[in-house]
Amino acid sequence: MTTAPATAPRRSLWARLPIVSQLRSSVGLQRGMLIAGLVLAAIFLLTALFAPVLAPYGFAQLREGDELFGATQPPSAEHLFGTTVGGYDVLSRLIWGARTAFFVIVIAVTASLVVGVLLGLVSGYFGGWLDRVLVVVADALYSFPSLLLAIVLAIVISGGQSGMWSGIFSAALSITVIFVPQYFRVIRAEVVRIKAEAFVESARVIGSSHWRIMVRHVLRNSTRTLPLILTLNASEAILTLAGLGFLGFGIDPTAAAEWGYDLNRAVADVASGIWWTAVFPGAAIVLVVLGLTLVGESLNDLADPRLRKRAAGAEPVEDLGVELPADAPAGDDEAAAASSTTASSGPDDGPDAGPTTKEGAL
Amino acid sequence: MTTSVETPPAKPAPRPRKDKSGGGALGRYILVRALLIIPTVFILVTTVFVLMRATGDPITAAQGGRLPADQLAERIHAAGYDRPLIVQYLEYLGDLLHGDFGTTLSDGRPVTEILITYGAATLELAFYALIVAFAVGIPLGRIAAHRRDKTPDAVLRVLAILAYATPVFFAGLLLKLVFSVWLDILPVSGRADTRVALQLGRIDNPTGIYLIDAIKTGDWANVTNVLQHAILPALALGLLTAGVFLRLVRTNVISTLGSGYVDAARSRGVSERRLLRKHAYRPALIPIVTVIGLQIALLLSGAVLTETTFEWKGLGFQLAQYLQARDFVAVQGIVAMLAVIVALTNFIVDIIAALIDPRVRY
Repeated sequence: MTTAPATAPRRSLWARLPIVSQLRSSVGLQRGMLIAGLVLAAIFLLTALFAPVLAPYGFAQLREGDELFGATQPPSAEHLFGTTVGGYDVLSRLIWGARTAFFVIVIAVTASLVVGVLLGLVSGYFGGWLDRVLVVVADALYSFPSLLLAIVLAIVISGGQSGMWSGIFSAALSITVIFVPQYFRVIRAEVVRIKAEAFVESARVIGSSHWRIMVRHVLRNSTRTLPLILTLNASEAILTLAGLGFLGFGIDPTAAAEWGYDLNRAVADVASGIWWTAVFPGAAIVLVVLGLTLVGESLNDLADPRLRKRAAGAEPVEDLGVELPADAPAGDDEAAAASSTTASSGPDDGPDAGPTTKEGAL
Repeated sequence: MTTSVETPPAKPAPRPRKDKSGGGALGRYILVRALLIIPTVFILVTTVFVLMRATGDPITAAQGGRLPADQLAERIHAAGYDRPLIVQYLEYLGDLLHGDFGTTLSDGRPVTEILITYGAATLELAFYALIVAFAVGIPLGRIAAHRRDKTPDAVLRVLAILAYATPVFFAGLLLKLVFSVWLDILPVSGRADTRVALQLGRIDNPTGIYLIDAIKTGDWANVTNVLQHAILPALALGLLTAGVFLRLVRTNVISTLGSGYVDAARSRGVSERRLLRKHAYRPALIPIVTVIGLQIALLLSGAVLTETTFEWKGLGFQLAQYLQARDFVAVQGIVAMLAVIVALTNFIVDIIAALIDPRVRY
């Protein structure tokens, strides 16, 4: 708390917000990608938020008044995107599906963030046998095909079938287990590096408690890559949810709308030329994932000086981006390291360097 | 650095290069990596077991509600699921050591037999997909790196993100819709026409890999038929991976282009073409080898979905079938087995990477 006022000439809080500062430092194509991503993400958020207002019908609604919608009706004025084999309105399920996806993302990302950061912090800070065990477990889980792991967890948590909230939670928690090792690895690597810094040693010398050092000095400096992983994970969460749904582990169609499940139903339709039941939910998934990935990618590129400007440093970087997309920020750690280690209160030094270096290169 | 990077892969552990760790570095590296497989496999198998068994027995999951309570208890007792969990676990580990992954509940087949019967199909699909990924991803990645920040780069990067954002089953459905239904030039699903499949099953020592079996029959109509069926699934799964390769090649070529030895070569007057082809491109390929290992996990997840979309009767398709049948013994067996395969593949890939790049052998 004392560090913030000490560095007086700081920009306004607005300019320091993660996405805003990057938006300001971006140029040309990168700015275009970032803006396109933000627009898509915003549309998704608004759709999720205002689903009850936007959707013409309920997600499980079969009739208007006394009249049934009818099965596999092609797109028309009453049903802009047509109806499914089950007689649901495709557009309405699409809009309500945004809500389901949103809940799953929020729960999955929050849970994995909390668990992964906590484990990474403790493991990296204290080291020892706990660290070694956690690293081996995280590596093992990380190498596991994520969808298979999610399937196993979905079976365990929900028995495979569920209502709206139980379905959302089981999908979200299955995804959490996939993500925790990622956060764990990133945070642990940062913590191990920062732990050796002089300011941590100084804090220890003046008698700060472990907890205080961990939270105040180490954690605050090791979170710079998190916004990037967050956006990339959000898009991965949607893909995993859709994959689960496609394999029949979705949420019951009467309990909530889920895009992957709708696509599962559409497999048979496609063979007989009924395209609207597959194309619209699929396009929804693609657009949302595209939007979130564009945001994540742009943030990643902007945070990495080697990708931001031409002919960056002379160091050969053999492992850069090896684990794309989820671990893309991994390369960022080292690059960011140099600038962050000089001051304990500088988690946004790196992005600041953006405009100058970029324009210098141009 | 430069010379070691460009050492051809065929020469393992040449004597003149003395590492700090002394002679036999490669041998020790292989040994350490081989020993690391054991905890990895152990953790994966244990995780799957604990998750699936600790929460309930498979018979209740499959039959619960359909059988009277006393009959259910009888069957649970007969299968030994009422014993203490630790006893079951040790027995399970013992069985695994003998290569016994359990017997399916729904049709009483050993899981290893399922692997042998359907593994070939998955292998074939993964192989085709990798060909597509290499053929598309690597050249395009080079182009993107070469024309960095120009229009081709922008288009290719957006395409790569689009490939990532499109769920493999939706890509499959779209391909089916366009090429099988609308244009009607490729088959909708399956690995071969029924007539061809029967013929392939009758030959001596079938490999299960349809392309090889079809060539064995000596009838070109069979080969064409098999290949026609493979095009769409291979594209769906391959393009997903191609996007990853494209990004990877691009990032790595860009970073090697900025490294000292490329500057050195340029100052010696090496032509830009040769610079790109020899100096920047070849070292950039090394991480690809490592990534293929990670792609195996992604490919397996993707294969489950692709096979379900195209009714490609491989391991993934079977897994989805057993999931629908709620046969969790089969699911547990197949998942555990896939985990072992992934761990072994990663090991092999690490060894190959070490052979190519001496810096990996720490």
